[in-house]
Amino acid sequence: MRIAFLNKLTELMEQDGSIHVLVADTGFHVFDEFQKQFSERYLNAGISEASMIGMASGLALSGKKVFVYGIVPFVTMRCFEQIRVDLCYPELPVTIVGVGGGLTYGPAGMTHHSIEDIAVMNCLPNMTVICPGDPIETQQAVEAIMSLEGPCYLRLGKTGEKVVHSRPLKSFAIGKGLRLRRGIEVAIIATGNMLPTAVDTCNILEAAGIRPELVSMHTVKPIDRELIIELARRCRLIATVEEHSIIGGLGSVVASVLTEEGLNAEVLLKKFAISDEYAHKAGSQDYLRRQYGLTAETIADEVRVWLQRIR
Amino acid sequence: MTSDELKTIATELRKNIVRMHQRGSNVGSAMSAADILAVLYFEVMNITSPDDPARDRFILSKGHAASALYAALAKKGFIDMSLLKDYLADGSTLTGHPCQNTVAGVEVSTGSLGHGLPVAVGMAMAAKHDNKTYRIFVLMGDGECQEGSVWEGAMLAARLVLDNITIIIDANSLQGYGRAEDIQPIETLVPKFSAFGWEVREVDGHNLRQLINALGAVPFAVGRPSAVIAHTIKGKGVSEMEDNLSWHYFSVPAEKVKPFTDELDGPK
Repeated sequence: MRIAFLNKLTELMEQDGSIHVLVADTGFHVFDEFQKQFSERYLNAGISEASMIGMASGLALSGKKVFVYGIVPFVTMRCFEQIRVDLCYPELPVTIVGVGGGLTYGPAGMTHHSIEDIAVMNCLPNMTVICPGDPIETQQAVEAIMSLEGPCYLRLGKTGEKVVHSRPLKSFAIGKGLRLRRGIEVAIIATGNMLPTAVDTCNILEAAGIRPELVSMHTVKPIDRELIIELARRCRLIATVEEHSIIGGLGSVVASVLTEEGLNAEVLLKKFAISDEYAHKAGSQDYLRRQYGLTAETIADEVRVWLQRIR
Repeated sequence: MTSDELKTIATELRKNIVRMHQRGSNVGSAMSAADILAVLYFEVMNITSPDDPARDRFILSKGHAASALYAALAKKGFIDMSLLKDYLADGSTLTGHPCQNTVAGVEVSTGSLGHGLPVAVGMAMAAKHDNKTYRIFVLMGDGECQEGSVWEGAMLAARLVLDNITIIIDANSLQGYGRAEDIQPIETLVPKFSAFGWEVREVDGHNLRQLINALGAVPFAVGRPSAVIAHTIKGKGVSEMEDNLSWHYFSVPAEKVKPFTDELDGPK
C-alpha cells in the first residue's frame, strides 16, 4: 500500500509544484529515490510529530498542499492536539498519512498498534477519514484527496496487501462506498486493510449457499449514509469488519446511522473489530487477528449463526 | 516612529486592554505584552494590510494575551475599533484566545501553548522555498517554554537555517499557578536557545528604545533564527496589577476602569 501511495504521490508531485512532504523519520529505503527527486519539497522532520504537524500548518497557510507521513499512533495520537488546533480548526489542506493501520506492526507491541486512530480522527470537525482497502483504492484515494480543501487522514497498511480490485475503479469517490458484490439478506461492510478478509468471508458464505452483499467503505468520514440506509432496508444482517477497536470505528459509525435513521429495529448489526483491550503479547498480524476473531472463517461462522437465529 | 510616539500607542493599547477586561481573565498577560506589540506592529514589522502576501507575519503563541493583539489590530485599522467593547461577549468573534479566519490579522489560532513556533517554522520554510523575504515574529511566554513542542520547533528552525524567524519571549516570570523561576528559571532560557543554535539577545521588555534596537536588528546572525528574551512585568502600567498573580484571573471591576486608565495616562 505504501508503495502504491508513493508512486501516485510521485506522479502528482511531478505535476503540482505546491505539494510538500514531511516525514517523521519513517520509511527506511522507501523514500530513497523520492527524496532525491524532490529534495526541495521533501523533509525528514525528525522524531518530532507535534512540531511536524505545526510545520505542515505553516506550509499550508503559505499556499502549500502538504502530506505528512509517519506510523499511525505517532502521527495521529502523539500530536492529536496539533491536528485539532493547527489543521482542523483552520481547515487546511494537509493529509496525514498513517502507515501500519490496525495490527500491521503486530510483533512490535501495543505502542505500534493502531486501534483507536479512526475513532479519534473521526471526531475531529472538518476531518476526512479514508482507509483504503487495497493498493488500487489507495492510489485513487490519493488522487481524490488533491481536490479536498481541508485536512484528511489516510490510513494505510504497509506492504504486501492483496490487490482486491482488478483495475482502477471508475466510480471511486470520497464518501461513497464501493459495492463489490450484490447480495441478499446479509451485507458485509469492510474498511481498510480488512477488505481482503471480507472478500474471503464472502467466498466462504457463498460456498455455503449464502449470497452476501459486499461493500468497501473506504471513507469512514463522511460516511455513506445513503448506502447504509439502503442496505438496512434490504438486508436482515449487517456485518462491519475493521482492524480497529470495537469502540468508535466503522461499526460505531454505522450503528449511529442506523439509530439516527430509525432502522435499528429492522436490521441486526454485528461489529467485527478488536475488543476493547490492548494486546499484551507479540504476534504477527495474522496471529493477532486470530486472537480477536478477525479471520474470514470466524466472521463467516458468526454470520451464519446469526442469520439462522434471525430467520 | 520615535520611542515617545510608540509609548503613546502602547498606553492606548493598555487602556483598551483594561476596558476590555471587564470580562474575562489574563489581563496581566496582555499588559506585559503591550510594549512589544506596539514596537512590532508600529515600527518593526512590514505590514500595512492583513491580506498582503508580502506582509511580515505575527503569531501570538501566548494566545491568552489575545486582548493585546485585538487592541493592536484595531489601532492598526485591521479590525473595527468598536468591536473591542464586545470582547468575550456572547456572539463576539473576539474570543479569549484568538481564532484565525474570524478576526482579520490573526494569522494563527492559538491558546494551546507551544503551537506558534512550529507553525512559524512551516511558514518560514515556505518563504525560503519561494524566495520570499517576509519574516515571521512569534511572541511566546516564558512559562510556555516548558512545552516540549517549543524545543522541537527550536531545533528545526536552527537546523533549517531559518533566519527569517524571530521569537520574543515575554518573560514576566508569572505563569498560571506560580513563579516561572520556581518551575523553570528564565535565566536558563538564554543558554538553552543558544545551545539550540539560536542567536539570543536580552532586553527590558518595557524599554521601547531597547525593543526597537533589538527587533529592528534581526536576524542577529545570518543563517540563524533570532530570540529576544524580553524581561517584563505582568500587569505592567497599573500598580495594583503589577507582578500580581491574581490578575492572571481577575477581571477589571467597572469602578476600577477609570482609576486604572488614569494611572496609565500618567500625571496630567
